[in-house]
Amino acid sequence: MPLILDPNIDDADGFYDELLAAHHGLTKAESDALNARLILILANHVGDRAVLRQALEVAREK
Amino acid sequence: MGPGLRADPVSFRLYPYARVPDQDAPARRHAVVVVGGGPVGLALALDLGRRGTPVLLLDDNEGAGQGSRAICFAKRTLEIAHRLGAATPMLDKGVVWNVGRVFHGEHQVFEFDLQPETGHRNPAFINLQQPYFERFLVDAIRTAQAEGAPIELRGGNRVTAMTQEADHAALEVTTPDGAYTLEADWLIACDGAHSSIRDFMGLEFEGRVFEDNFLIADVRMTAGFPTERWFWFAPPFEGAGKSALLHKQPDDIWRLDFQIGWDIDRAAELAPEKVRARVDAMLGPGVEYDLDWTSVYTFQCRRMRRFRHGRVLFAGDAAHQVSPFGARGANSGIQDADNLAWKLDLVIRGQAPDTLLDSYCQERGSGADENILHSTRATDFLTPKSEISQIFRDAVLGLARRHAFARSFVNSGRLSEPCVYDDLPLTGADALTDGPARTRPGAACVDAPLADGFLLDRLPGEFVLLGLNAPLPDLAGMEGITLHRLALDCATDDPTGALAARYLGAAAQAVYLIRPDQHVVARWPDAQAGAITAALRRAIALKG
Repeated sequence: MPLILDPNIDDADGFYDELLAAHHGLTKAESDALNARLILILANHVGDRAVLRQALEVAREK
Repeated sequence: MGPGLRADPVSFRLYPYARVPDQDAPARRHAVVVVGGGPVGLALALDLGRRGTPVLLLDDNEGAGQGSRAICFAKRTLEIAHRLGAATPMLDKGVVWNVGRVFHGEHQVFEFDLQPETGHRNPAFINLQQPYFERFLVDAIRTAQAEGAPIELRGGNRVTAMTQEADHAALEVTTPDGAYTLEADWLIACDGAHSSIRDFMGLEFEGRVFEDNFLIADVRMTAGFPTERWFWFAPPFEGAGKSALLHKQPDDIWRLDFQIGWDIDRAAELAPEKVRARVDAMLGPGVEYDLDWTSVYTFQCRRMRRFRHGRVLFAGDAAHQVSPFGARGANSGIQDADNLAWKLDLVIRGQAPDTLLDSYCQERGSGADENILHSTRATDFLTPKSEISQIFRDAVLGLARRHAFARSFVNSGRLSEPCVYDDLPLTGADALTDGPARTRPGAACVDAPLADGFLLDRLPGEFVLLGLNAPLPDLAGMEGITLHRLALDCATDDPTGALAARYLGAAAQAVYLIRPDQHVVARWPDAQAGAITAALRRAIALKG
């Protein structure tokens, strides 16, 4: 299954809110740590190495 | 020892210097000279000698060096040692462990029980100090010599100059009685990370040096720590550095290892009171112990581009080096010896072309690359090199306390497994459709219990044609190569079902061609003489 790059989240605005809220009140170091944990949790959920590799490539595009 | 030869202290004086007639004669030619009496050189000499090929081993010392050094010997190493008749005392002396604990600061992140797979003669690994490993190899050499194996060990013989000629290498050797010269048809450098043979030839390494120092303290104590491996990231005790390890060895010795950073004063760190302060903080108050051995080491992950240069071959640390995480140093070196001995023996006997030795470079170069990859990854996890790698490392350790998935990222060293020679020139085709991947061509044979003993006991260091529920064809004139035949019937020879699971999978029958180092050459559902002969020719580098 290829990496999904079309809209795939119901209520994108709501999720974006929750993402920012999760970082609310954190220091930069705490936010960095949260992001790292989140990436690892989501990566494990995806599991598929080919999809993860595509995601890394897309993320490296600026 | 006389002037001009520094005698390092030894743990066991195994081959004292003795004057030999070579020292009073013009340079005498030897078939094989091995330089270096560490685990790799000794295993190679033992293997060659047991095959009947004369081998002379030169070592600048008179026995096993001091200190525990390599302490973890993996199953493949024990299997090779067993084939060489040296494993029983290793297993009797070694410590078997299964439980490990990983800590981050004061918290236990998780514990694991390695629960080795059943149906193997040998455990997944043992802890044993390197000097014992060397002593048991020398004991096996003495036994082989008594049975006529043409092995000679010369202690107190330091190679001080070397040149390579068209058909031999010429050596100058310094002894307590002065220097003499000799010649070698084949020279094998097993002289370690600081190989003098490599220096004489002006050859270099490629790879990475890691800027970190580790302090080893071997302490002798009878305190009731369990026989487990404890590893700390960011240890909570004073002065322990960025990581620490506690591991059991025989003789009530414990290996303590502290990662203490790059900018240190080595001599100051080795002062006994400084070492004791660290050890006290780690073990806690009131624990009595003696310091048995201390050392500060750094490490590299690097290899020579080629392990063969004409008639000179490099093995073990002389050819490639890794970090200690994962016990891939001595264990990979023993696989080098295992790979090289039978090839060199066939070449010297004229039964295989000398291009067979190029396959040693390809196969063990591939092994070195694999080991360097694993040990570099472990090192990067242990010592994050950037702010973001530190953030991810700590995130993994935090998650691992609560979630199993994150534990698979925790890397304090992946233990050594034998490497598989996939897609290399000697490796034949896999014609056993859906055969088990772990015994595919290129893999080291996996042990399995038979009705009487174990499978690997029946693979005695020569080519073997193994039939499982399959008739074996009559093969004559196999290029002069000895080909053992081993026909097994799973109905009577496979009491646990492990043999079928490991070699047949879903197949009803199979035929395997197996090399002298117990790696699979090729496998088929049934035996056809033409295919077997072609695979065997390929496995000894004969063309066509």
